[in-house]
Amino acid sequence: MHSQAQNPFGPTPYERKKERASLIAKVVTFVMSMALVIPMLLIIGLIFVKGWSVISVDYLWENPRGGGIAGGIWGPLIGTFFLTLTCLVIVAPVGVLAGIYLNEYAPDNRATRAIMIAVTSLAGVPSIVHALFGLGAFVVAMHMGKSLLAAACTLAVMTLPVIITSTREALAAVPRNFREACWNLGASKWQTIRTIVLPNSISGILTGVILVVSRAAGETAPIMLTGAAAYLPLPENMPDKLMPYYLGDQFLALAMHLNVIARDVPNMPTEMKFGSALVLLCLILLINSLAIIIRVQLRRRKRW
Amino acid sequence: MTSTHLSPPLQIPGRDGYSIHVNDFSLWYGDFQALFNVNIDIKQGLITAMIGPSGCGKTTMLRSMNRINERYGNVKTTGSITILGKNILDEDVSVATLRKSVGMVFQRPNPLPISIFDNVLFGLKSHTPSGYYSRRELQDLVEQSLTEVGLWSEVKDQLKRKATELTLEQQQKLCIGRLMPLKPEIILMDEPCSALDAAGIERIEALIGGMRGKFTIVMVTHNMAQARRASDECIFMLMGEIIEHSPTMDLFMNPVHEKTAMYIEGRYG
Repeated sequence: MHSQAQNPFGPTPYERKKERASLIAKVVTFVMSMALVIPMLLIIGLIFVKGWSVISVDYLWENPRGGGIAGGIWGPLIGTFFLTLTCLVIVAPVGVLAGIYLNEYAPDNRATRAIMIAVTSLAGVPSIVHALFGLGAFVVAMHMGKSLLAAACTLAVMTLPVIITSTREALAAVPRNFREACWNLGASKWQTIRTIVLPNSISGILTGVILVVSRAAGETAPIMLTGAAAYLPLPENMPDKLMPYYLGDQFLALAMHLNVIARDVPNMPTEMKFGSALVLLCLILLINSLAIIIRVQLRRRKRW
Repeated sequence: MTSTHLSPPLQIPGRDGYSIHVNDFSLWYGDFQALFNVNIDIKQGLITAMIGPSGCGKTTMLRSMNRINERYGNVKTTGSITILGKNILDEDVSVATLRKSVGMVFQRPNPLPISIFDNVLFGLKSHTPSGYYSRRELQDLVEQSLTEVGLWSEVKDQLKRKATELTLEQQQKLCIGRLMPLKPEIILMDEPCSALDAAGIERIEALIGGMRGKFTIVMVTHNMAQARRASDECIFMLMGEIIEHSPTMDLFMNPVHEKTAMYIEGRYG
């Protein structure tokens, strides 16, 4: 060991102080990040503990009965599935193609910037406002009535700005020199996008789309006014049980169902409330893990 | 810039005439070995250039001399690098204090996005409690430092301006100037001129030449003509090994190794 005198690079008293301040900052920032993680784990844990007892194949497969006080969760579960799927079919092409235009073709001028500001601001509009817009535009003006289609369209409008933004970010992450190489070899803009830009940004685009749609699956406000019912008697016979709603029908959805049984049904057993919450939570975790799997798979192929 | 004479190494009492001793130094990035048993003795007060083809390890060697490589995480080393009689790879070395003595100038000028004045003092303020120096002292230090790099007359009326608005040449001068308040022993330069135009290169080389004797300068360069006109000693590296280390004129006029001769003739690299 060298003594201080032999070590010209030993820490000075001020440096020890600096290191302590640095350590304190590390601890404080760590504690703050735990302030996010711990409540989340507690919430998930509580839902699991309280809701686990009702989860069974029967609970998942039976329709709710008696206004939701008895039976299972099949109707709302399949309703959320169809709602999310319809929303995805509407929003994914529109959002992704709009994102491509805005990132690849649109000139950098005042109009484009105005559009981007509008898109970003739209993402901040509260969901209840989207609900009112959906009610006016789809349910009333376009004569869709309260229906699966009107609710899916409302969710699509709500998620569109976020999908456009995440698509733009994924495209912008593709290095510029790839595009330059394409142009230099005589490829058109569309050829460049189709063969190089899209394949290398698809993981980011898909991840954005899926995460946004999974958020939409948990929304209550926009569907409450545009098509989701508090309770419906549902067909029990096959194959109608697998496909209980058409695009023009009202439907049950998990988020709405949970909202109703948690507040409006008297004498509702607590474990059934937590059971529905658990199913909704698992569904969203499932969709999100799908996004993670896609991202990992596609990133493994990427070599830059 | 034609003066390429060799100034004799400064003899400072208590030193052996050398600033850096690298002994049997090897370095790995993960499984890839970038440096193989490097031994170098760098003389105090001279300008030593490191040349060699891309990927030969010269930048890695340079960056090891103030341990800036460690940030990359998967770096493993053996051997020692001794500066001021201390192996800088020892456990009890504070990298902050080390980097005060061993400054670095990067390829792309990297002034901080704050005022010129604050850029010059940023290093000093990182090493002293706030309020340690008076306003007057700090102003004098800024003037001395910028004068040292020939920037004072150009910017003395705009010290509050953001440093990132300067021309590249001015930015690089500022990046050298902001080391001055720390009174470094050694200044490492990683291709300090490659972002500049011919006139800028000439002036930065003149500046570096004027610093001879006051600092030990180690400079990585891709530009062999630059190594030849701006350095006192020259180290030729290839594939992570030192091939030849001699006074610049000897290396260029009478290279000992065939590989050095072929490289300086431009046969490869």
